Amino acid sequence: MGAKKENSDDEMDEKVKKYLRGEAANLEGLKDKKLKGQLAVREDLYGKSAKTAAKIEKWLLPSEGGYLEAEGIEKTWRIKQESIAREVDILSSRNQYDIVLPELGPYSLDFTSNGRYMAAAGRKGHLAIVDMKTLNLIKGIQVRETVRDVAYLHNELFFAAAQKKYPYIYNRDGTELHCLKEHGAVLRLQFLKNHFLLASINKFGQLRYQDVTMGEMIGNFRTGLGRTDVMQVNPYNGVVALGHSSGTVTMWKPTSAVPLVKMLSHPGPVSSLAFHPNGHVMATSGRENKIKIWDLRKFEVIQTLPCHAKTLNFSQKGLLAAGTGSFIQILADFSGSQNYSSYMTHSMAKGYQVGKVLFRPYEDVLGIGHSMGWSNILIPGSGEPNFDSWVANPFETSKQRREKEVHSLLDKLPPETIMLDPTKVGTVRAPQKKEKPTKKEMEAEMEAAIETAKDTDFKKKTKGRNKPSKRATKRREMISRAKRPFLEQRTQEHEMSRKKQKTNPETEMPKSLQRFVRQKAT
Amino acid sequence: MKVKVISRSTDEFTRERSQDLQRVFRNFDPTLRSQEKAVEYVRALNAAKLDKIFARPFIGAMDGHRDSIKCMAKNPNYLKAIFSGSDDGDIRLWDMASRRTVCQFPGHQGAVQGLTVSTDGSILVSCGSDCTVRLWNVSDANLADSDYLSDNSAKPQAVYVWKNAFRAVDHQWDGDLFATAGAQVDVWNHNRSQPVNTFDWGSDTTISIRFNPGEPNILATSANDRSITLYDLRMSSPARKVIMRTKTNSIAWNPMEPMNFTAANEDCNCYSYDARKLEEAKCVHKDHVSAVMDIDFSPTGREFVTGSYDRTVRIFQYNGGHSREIYHTKRMQRVFCVKYSCDASYVISGSDDTNLRLWKAKASEQLGVVLPRERKKQEYLEAVKNRYKHLPEVKRIVRHRHLPKPVYKAANLRRTMIEAERRKEQRRKAHSAPGSIVTEPVRKRRIIKEVE
Repeated sequence: MGAKKENSDDEMDEKVKKYLRGEAANLEGLKDKKLKGQLAVREDLYGKSAKTAAKIEKWLLPSEGGYLEAEGIEKTWRIKQESIAREVDILSSRNQYDIVLPELGPYSLDFTSNGRYMAAAGRKGHLAIVDMKTLNLIKGIQVRETVRDVAYLHNELFFAAAQKKYPYIYNRDGTELHCLKEHGAVLRLQFLKNHFLLASINKFGQLRYQDVTMGEMIGNFRTGLGRTDVMQVNPYNGVVALGHSSGTVTMWKPTSAVPLVKMLSHPGPVSSLAFHPNGHVMATSGRENKIKIWDLRKFEVIQTLPCHAKTLNFSQKGLLAAGTGSFIQILADFSGSQNYSSYMTHSMAKGYQVGKVLFRPYEDVLGIGHSMGWSNILIPGSGEPNFDSWVANPFETSKQRREKEVHSLLDKLPPETIMLDPTKVGTVRAPQKKEKPTKKEMEAEMEAAIETAKDTDFKKKTKGRNKPSKRATKRREMISRAKRPFLEQRTQEHEMSRKKQKTNPETEMPKSLQRFVRQKAT
Repeated sequence: MKVKVISRSTDEFTRERSQDLQRVFRNFDPTLRSQEKAVEYVRALNAAKLDKIFARPFIGAMDGHRDSIKCMAKNPNYLKAIFSGSDDGDIRLWDMASRRTVCQFPGHQGAVQGLTVSTDGSILVSCGSDCTVRLWNVSDANLADSDYLSDNSAKPQAVYVWKNAFRAVDHQWDGDLFATAGAQVDVWNHNRSQPVNTFDWGSDTTISIRFNPGEPNILATSANDRSITLYDLRMSSPARKVIMRTKTNSIAWNPMEPMNFTAANEDCNCYSYDARKLEEAKCVHKDHVSAVMDIDFSPTGREFVTGSYDRTVRIFQYNGGHSREIYHTKRMQRVFCVKYSCDASYVISGSDDTNLRLWKAKASEQLGVVLPRERKKQEYLEAVKNRYKHLPEVKRIVRHRHLPKPVYKAANLRRTMIEAERRKEQRRKAHSAPGSIVTEPVRKRRIIKEVE
C-alpha cells in the first residue's frame, strides 16, 4: 500500500513538474522585501495552478490513449495491420484503408492541425481534399502540371500547392486564389501556424518567408548550399530546418540572412528530417542508412539507429515513423529516456514506393503517400487522445472555425519572435561585456579614419590664397588630427602596461633594497 | 494481443440540438501549445493598446454653485448622493446619476469650510467661517420624495454659534459625536449647543480633522504649525504630534488598515504614516507638482485619490510611490476637494471653477452590468498586461499619459532641481571622510521631530 502511494506521488510530482514549465525563481538573493513578498506570492500561485492542472490530467480528461501490447512470445513489430483491424471496433477499422490511383504519380499529404481534413497532391497534377471523419472527397481538381508539395494554411479553407513554376493558393472549392510568382519553382512548402508565414524552398536553394495575411514577403535568403527538398518546421519554436546534400542541417529564422545553426550531421546527403513536438529532439536520416536522434539543447547525438529512411515523422506522442521503399517502421521509446526501439512495422505491396509519411493529429493513424496513391494505417498509441477546444478541435463547427480564425489573427506573432529558445521572451538580457578591439581592428579603424580625412574637399580660395603648399599643409593637418585619438589611446595603454610592470618588481626586490621602493600613495 | 485505438463517438463531443451549449474540452498540456510566452506578449501589447483606446474617464460635470467648492461629504447610506459646500455659503445635495441638484441648504453667511454626514446618514453637519455649526436633517425619507426639478430648500435642524471661525468638521464613525477644527479642536454632541470637550496644543489654527474608522475615539488633525496631531477622546490631553517641514492640508485614514493614515502635504507629496510609529513615514507618494489640497481613500483601502493646486487629480496605490492615473481638463481649475465614491468606481472632484466633476476610477472600465464571460476576459487582459508591463514596448504604452503643458514643464523643472540637489549631495559625500555625511532616508527627511 505504501509503495503504491509512493508511486502515485511520484507520478503526480512528474506531472506537476511538467506544468510548472521550468524551475521556480530563486528568491534568496533579493534584498528588496516588497518585491520578494510579491514574487513569493506569485510562485505559490504557480505551484497551486500546476497541482490543479496535474489533478485535472489525472481525473478529468475524457479519453484514454491507445496501446498495443503483445502477449506471450508475440512481438509487437510482427503484428500485422489486418490483425489489428480485426480486434478494433468498426469505426476505428474504417480509418485503415488504401486508395489506389496508379496513374497520377507519387502522392504528398498534409493534414489540418485538428486532423479532420487531408489534402493530397499527386505528382501528375491531382489535388484532392478529403474529409477524414466522413471519408468524403470534398473536392478533387486536376491542375495539369507537376505538383511537388501541398500544405494547408491556417484552416481547411486554404491550401497551397507547389506547382511546376510557382506555388498557388487554392480555396476549399478548388478556386485558385493567388499565384505566388516571387517564390519560383518550389520544392517544399511549410506553414508556420503562429506567425501565419508560408516558408518555401525552391529549386535554386532560396528560402522565402511570406506572410499570408497581408501578402508581405518577410524574408528571402539564398542558402548558398544548393538544391534541397528536405525542409521541416520545428513546432516548438518556429525555426525552419533544411537538410542539404553536403550532410549539413541548417536552421533559419526570417529575420536573419545567416542561418542560426549549421550542424554537420551525416557524411552524405541528408535524406529527411523530423522534429519531436516538444522541440528538443530531432531525427535526421542520411543516405548511409542511419537515423540519428539529436538533442537540440546540446546539439548532440543521443542515438544512432541502423535503419533506412527516406521520410521521417514524429507523432504527437513521440513515436517515430520511418519509411523507405515499400516498408514502414515505427520506432518508440518506452522508457522515456530517448532510447528508440522498433514498435511496429508495415510493408506494403511490392511496387509501392513510399513518398511521405505523416501522422494524423489527435488520432492513432499514420497517413502514407506513395507512388500508387495514399493509405492510412492504424498505429495504436501515436495520437493525443484529449484535444483542447481552444487549440484544435476535430469537431469544429463553421462558427467555431470563424471565431478561431479571428482569435488566431489577433494573436498572430511577429516574425521577430522566432528564436532557438522561445522562453527567452520577457526575460532580462544579460549585460554584454564590451570587448576591447584587437590591435588589428584598431589599426583598421585608424586607416578608415585617415581615408575619410584624405577624402575631404577643401574650399577653393581665390585672390592668391590658394597656394599648393598651403593646401598640402592643411591636408597633412587634417590627417594628423584624425590620427590623434588613436595615438593617444596607444600611449595611454603603454602607460598602463608600464605602470603594471612597475608594480611587479616591487614584490620581487630583495629585502635589503625594500626601503628604496617607491611607496604608493595610500 | 491487447490493442486499443483512439475512438471518439461523435455524440459525446458534439451537441444534440441547436439549443444546447457547445461542449468545450480542455487539455492544459504545455506540449500542445507552442510559443506561449510570445503569444502572451502579443496579447499584453494588444491589451495595453485596447486599454488606451477605451480610456474615457470623464463622465460629467455638475454645474450649479456660484463660487468655488471648498468641501464635500459622502452619505454612507445613499450611494448616489454627494453634498458640496462652496465659498458663498451654498450647500447642495447632488444626485450623481443625473448630475442635478436635489436639494439646497441655504443658511451660512460666509464660506462653508467643512461638511460631514453622520454614519447613520440622518444628520448633515456643516461649519463655516461665520462661526456657526449647522445641523441638517437628511434622512432617506426626506430625500426620496423630493422633486429635484424644483428649487428645494431645507431648514436647519439646529444652529450652534461659537467663538471662532471653523475650518473643518468630521463625524465619529461609530457614535454621535462630531469634532470641529478651528482655533482649537472642539468635540460636540448633536443635542448640546456647546462643545462637550476642547483640545488645544500649540497656538496655531487646526485646518483639518479626521476620525479613525477603526477606533471611534481617535482623531487626527493637522495644524498651521506644520504638525499632525493625534488625539484620543478618552484622555483629556492630546496623544502624539509629529512636526514636518511643511503644512499638511488634509488627512485620510485607510478604511481597511485603520492604523495607517496618509497626509496630503504642501510640498507636493503625500506621506503615509503608521499611527503607532510616527518617527518615519511608511511611504512617500510623489507626483504632484504643486500643493496637494485634499485626499480620500477608496473603500477597498487599496487606492487613494488626491486633488492638488496644480489643477490635476491623481490616483495612487496605497503603497505605491507614484501615481497610477492622472485626470485633468482644460476647464478644471485648482482642485480643492476630492472624494472616492462608496462603491470604489467613481472619483468626484470639486474645484475652483464652481464645478463638481465625476470621473471613473478605472479609466477604461466598462460601466454597467458586465457579463461573467466579459468580466473574465477583462481580468485576463489585465493580468497578462501586468505580467509584461516591464517590457519596453508595453511599458511605453501603459505609462503614456498626456500632461497639460504647465504640469509637464513644472515636473521637468522639479526633476532637474531634485537631481541637482542629489548630485551635489553625492559629490559632497564622495569628497569627504566616509561616514561624516549621513543621508537621511526620504521617509524621514521631511519630519522635524516627534513630540509626545
